[in-house]
Amino acid sequence: MTYGPNVTEVETDILVIGGGTGGPMAAIKAKEKNRGLRVLLLEKANVKRSGAISMGMDGLNNAVVPGYATPEQYVKEITVANDGIVHQAAVMAYAQGSYPMIRYLDQLGVKFEKDGAGEYNMRKVHHLGTYVLPMPEGHNVKKVLYRQLRRLQVQVTNRFMATRLLTAADGRVCGAIAVNTRTSEFLVIRAKSVVLAAGAAGRLGLPASGYLYGTYENPTNCGDGYAMAFHAGAELANLECFQINPLIKDYNGPACAYVTGPLGGYTANNKGQRFIECDYWSGQMMLEFWRELQGGNGPVYLKLDHLAEETISTIETILHSNERPSRGRFHEGRGTNYRQRMVEMHISEIGFCSGHSASGVWVDEHAQTTVPGLLAAGDMASVPHNYMLGAFVNGGIAGETAAAWCAEQPLVGFDPAQVVAEQQRVLAPTLRTDGFTANEMEYKTRRLVNDYLQPPKVTAKMRIGQERLAEVREDLKQLVARDPHELMRALELQSILDCADLAAAASLYRTESRWGLYHMRVDHPHANNADWFCHSMHYKDPNGGIAHRKRPVDPYVVPVADHEMGAYHELRIPVAAE
Amino acid sequence: MPLVSHATSVPVTVDEDKCIAEKGCTVCVDVCPLDVLAIHPDRKKAYMQYDECWYCMPCEVDCPTGAVKVEIPYLLR
Ligand SMILES: Cc1cc2nc3c(=O)[nH]c(=O)nc-3n(C[C@H](O)[C@H](O)[C@H](O)COP(=O)(O)OP(=O)(O)OC[C@H]3O[C@@H](n4cnc5c(N)ncnc54)[C@H](O)[C@@H]3O)c2cc1C
Ligand code: SF4
Ligand code: SF4
Repeated sequence: MTYGPNVTEVETDILVIGGGTGGPMAAIKAKEKNRGLRVLLLEKANVKRSGAISMGMDGLNNAVVPGYATPEQYVKEITVANDGIVHQAAVMAYAQGSYPMIRYLDQLGVKFEKDGAGEYNMRKVHHLGTYVLPMPEGHNVKKVLYRQLRRLQVQVTNRFMATRLLTAADGRVCGAIAVNTRTSEFLVIRAKSVVLAAGAAGRLGLPASGYLYGTYENPTNCGDGYAMAFHAGAELANLECFQINPLIKDYNGPACAYVTGPLGGYTANNKGQRFIECDYWSGQMMLEFWRELQGGNGPVYLKLDHLAEETISTIETILHSNERPSRGRFHEGRGTNYRQRMVEMHISEIGFCSGHSASGVWVDEHAQTTVPGLLAAGDMASVPHNYMLGAFVNGGIAGETAAAWCAEQPLVGFDPAQVVAEQQRVLAPTLRTDGFTANEMEYKTRRLVNDYLQPPKVTAKMRIGQERLAEVREDLKQLVARDPHELMRALELQSILDCADLAAAASLYRTESRWGLYHMRVDHPHANNADWFCHSMHYKDPNGGIAHRKRPVDPYVVPVADHEMGAYHELRIPVAAE
Repeated sequence: MPLVSHATSVPVTVDEDKCIAEKGCTVCVDVCPLDVLAIHPDRKKAYMQYDECWYCMPCEVDCPTGAVKVEIPYLLR
């Protein structure tokens, strides 16, 4: 079958979409399971420097290391931090894979902090257990992954952006369509199994600075994975549990909990007082943070100025050289020195991300989505509070599941009309010479997200937001792209718009409040366990709209007593009576 | 609607005396996750083509001659 001069068709066993963190590990583990498999890793940017860990990482936020925590303790902590709405089997699969993955990465050459005896130097940040493993020399992660990809002969294809998944008559996934971001050439990839690891939906809300690319997430992660899964018929879980993070004001670097917390830094109000017991990122913690900002005690600050010089220079070395190395320049520009005064913090824009909260494409403990043959891992898959190690472990699980699927399943065909329709959708903006640019349409979409969808969530406002977003969708008929780069942005905008619609619909569906600030619904201010102790599943209805259903929480594999469930609701430090 | 272009500052500067793009180097262009750097067709030097930067710094760190300097975009400074 040929589709025209600008289309190449290739065939593989496993297609991995996204070469950031989870994607490379999926490819690696699939190959390790069966060296005979053809594995193609497709990346919008360049695998050498793509994704959240493009420059490295400051540490493992959720390491389950023997002697410090058991998988059971971890599962319990994550269950409590997520108000009970978790698929524990998947969290357990992560917890059990955590330590073997640390050993594996260590053996590949990733550097973790160790004490004099060569043991991992674990730190306590979470409310209950000890799970943080610093990586002060964590800059080489991408290099190490790349070396292993080469060794195992994974085929890497850079600068291709996947736009839609291909599905067969029986609903299974059977490949994907991608567009070159520099030439707009099409690639049709036929595959037995597809692993989605395209990261968070980080370009959903607009940062307070108004700079479109000043997001917490790497802006390549604009929600393409969520949109592709949705259009392929997959169910997406708990999207209303937004990602919202505490960051340095105007600078999108995290700061407090994981790096400075273990060394004595903390979040303080404008009186220099601590107001939360535990800086671990959870919806409840963010709610207290937001209340402090609203309540006249803001701004909220990162407090380090009480620490010894030696400690501060250690912190500086880590924060200014590892994952966000431009941070030092930012502080310099404002004349901020950790030694002299507290650093202003703020709340990030909203996004979808399971890596940090729980909004993702539904996956079970084998990384399987609800579409046969389609796996998902990392920030875009529903295993909550996954972080980097979760992307590695679940990416590895996805790769192994995909390899097992390939052993049993044939390569199936698809209706070529799918490709033709997608070519028309993709190229439409290139056929116009005037209209609206992707940049301005993106700005407007994300500004509407801030105005109408970010918490506190108000029903009447979200409905207005839906109306306005529908108008933007109408304007897609006038979207213009004058070159391949602009076309990439035009396609990204369409993923962002899909995610904005999903964010509104999902938030309206769950008529209760849960997960602290992440889903704080003003018209339904309390948790309602009788009706809503369940996952909310969002998926495409036959007319292209958004449908919803409830999915019961599976019986726990690690029981949690009622009195334990409230632990994360008691984070505020009581103000001492005067 | 008709389109116009407007000027904006860009946060990445390339020292053209140090840049060796004319000898075939494209490292910074290759590594940038946002694909916003390019080699200028006439000057044969790297430059920032789009103001869409995450100030993540692979371009600066990986440049073999130290020609690239990343600053914080003006809106966030
Ligand atoms: C600033 C920051 C700091 C963090 N700090 C820590 C920390 O200290 N410790 C910790 O444990 N975790 C940390 N995290 C979280 C952790 O980095 C992530 O959870 C993890 O890296 C996510 O992996 P991933 O594979 O899902 O996504 P990524 O690694 O981001 O990879 C997604 C990839 O998909 C590609 N892609 C996107 N769309 C497409 C498309 N359409 N087609 C093809 N490719 C596409 C992207 O280019 C990208 O390379 C941090 C995250 C950020 C953003
Ligand atoms: S990496 Fe450095 S030398 Fe190479 S093209 Fe870029 S600026 Fe020039
Ligand atoms: S700082 Fe990052 S996004 Fe900006 S030009 Fe350099 S590599 Fe690209």
